[in-house]
Amino acid sequence: MKKLLLLLGLLANLALAAPIPEEMVRNTSKDVVDILKKEKNDRKAREQVQARVLPSFDFGRMTALAVGRHWRGASPDQRTQLTDEFRQLLVRTYSSALTTYKAQAVDVKPLKIDDAATDVTVLTEVAVANQQPVSINYSLRKTEQGWKVYDVIVAGVSLVTNYRGTFNETVQASGLDGLVKLLKEKNQSGGALKTDKS
Amino acid sequence: MDCLRPSLLFCSALLLAGCATGGNPKDPWESYNRAMYRFNTGLDDYLIKPVARGYNYVLPAPVRQGLGNVYNNLAEVKNIGNNLLQGKGEYAADSFARLLVNSSFGIGGLFDIMTPAGVPVREEDFGQTLAVWGIGDGPYVVLPLLGPSTVRDSAGLGTDYFMGVLENFDSVRFRNGYYAARTVQKRSELLNVTTLVDEAALDPYSFARDGYLQRRRFVIYDGNPPREYDPDDPETPEPPAK
Repeated sequence: MKKLLLLLGLLANLALAAPIPEEMVRNTSKDVVDILKKEKNDRKAREQVQARVLPSFDFGRMTALAVGRHWRGASPDQRTQLTDEFRQLLVRTYSSALTTYKAQAVDVKPLKIDDAATDVTVLTEVAVANQQPVSINYSLRKTEQGWKVYDVIVAGVSLVTNYRGTFNETVQASGLDGLVKLLKEKNQSGGALKTDKS
Repeated sequence: MDCLRPSLLFCSALLLAGCATGGNPKDPWESYNRAMYRFNTGLDDYLIKPVARGYNYVLPAPVRQGLGNVYNNLAEVKNIGNNLLQGKGEYAADSFARLLVNSSFGIGGLFDIMTPAGVPVREEDFGQTLAVWGIGDGPYVVLPLLGPSTVRDSAGLGTDYFMGVLENFDSVRFRNGYYAARTVQKRSELLNVTTLVDEAALDPYSFARDGYLQRRRFVIYDGNPPREYDPDDPETPEPPAK
């Protein structure tokens, strides 16, 4: 009888298992919150968060989205350079945001998708100290390497497409190489982030 | 998507301006806007931000949070009104319950006891109400002191003002004091956000503009905007089948 119940439980679990992208976001978020709670040194916390999170990101896709229609005219070399520089910028911004807002808990909303879906958005709400919760949504798509995040939307603002306006203007004024140069300068000037007491 | 249903006036203004400058079609007044943005940033750097930093330094976090709660509680009146105008009866009821309970048991709104109880803020303003009624953004505009907005959202400010509580208090001196205090409180809440934006942005002006427009679309759809067909995405060249 016990065995039968166990088996039934297992089956129920299988049937109710959340879709992979939802589980991915939930597990990653939980680990990030744990890191932020345990590691009080901001720099170390940032390194650990990066090690945990970055493998799930598809930076090539992110850069293509941010650059927009000019991406098609970019040479392979320009694409590599743009991706490298944009990755640095995104990683710095994303990890600064996480360590600034000591996230306390992440509520991942159940995702309703059919099995054939290859592109989904997982909605989450992050509880932060002394403030209203912040919504952080992740867009993921299925790639040959599994599900990868290609957009992070914080309080409605995409960390990726919000650069498109600036990128467009820069490419129109000084070409794709001008954009690479601008990103390089930004990355070299951006050192440690000075945050205000909160 | 928003572009498909703006009022005729805004739509034609948008098209004309787009043709005239060849810049960002949502920002036909860019040169004026940039000048106003510089003015606002200067004022912020030399006056408002330092005051907000001092405020943060002097007042302990729980006190600041309490004061922030009081201002948010007063805004519930506007939330009730706008939720009703948008036909969101349940959200209006939430806002009403928040106002009642937080004003009484939360001691004049100092404590937000409704959020932990599962009744979050249902923030709505008249700009969002106009959007729900089918009015498009209109051109982007940077307002003096108030910052990023659109023609539609600026038009909404007046109506929200009438739904304010202390905004309609008789004494001018009291009102000015209230505005100053609220501005410093709001600015102090945003210190970290603006530091992050400075860190992230290559051109803070266009970053703020695009962020504002994205954020507005997000709140108009109550946090779950529909996916938009993205003609600039290099990987989806075909338009969606209709």
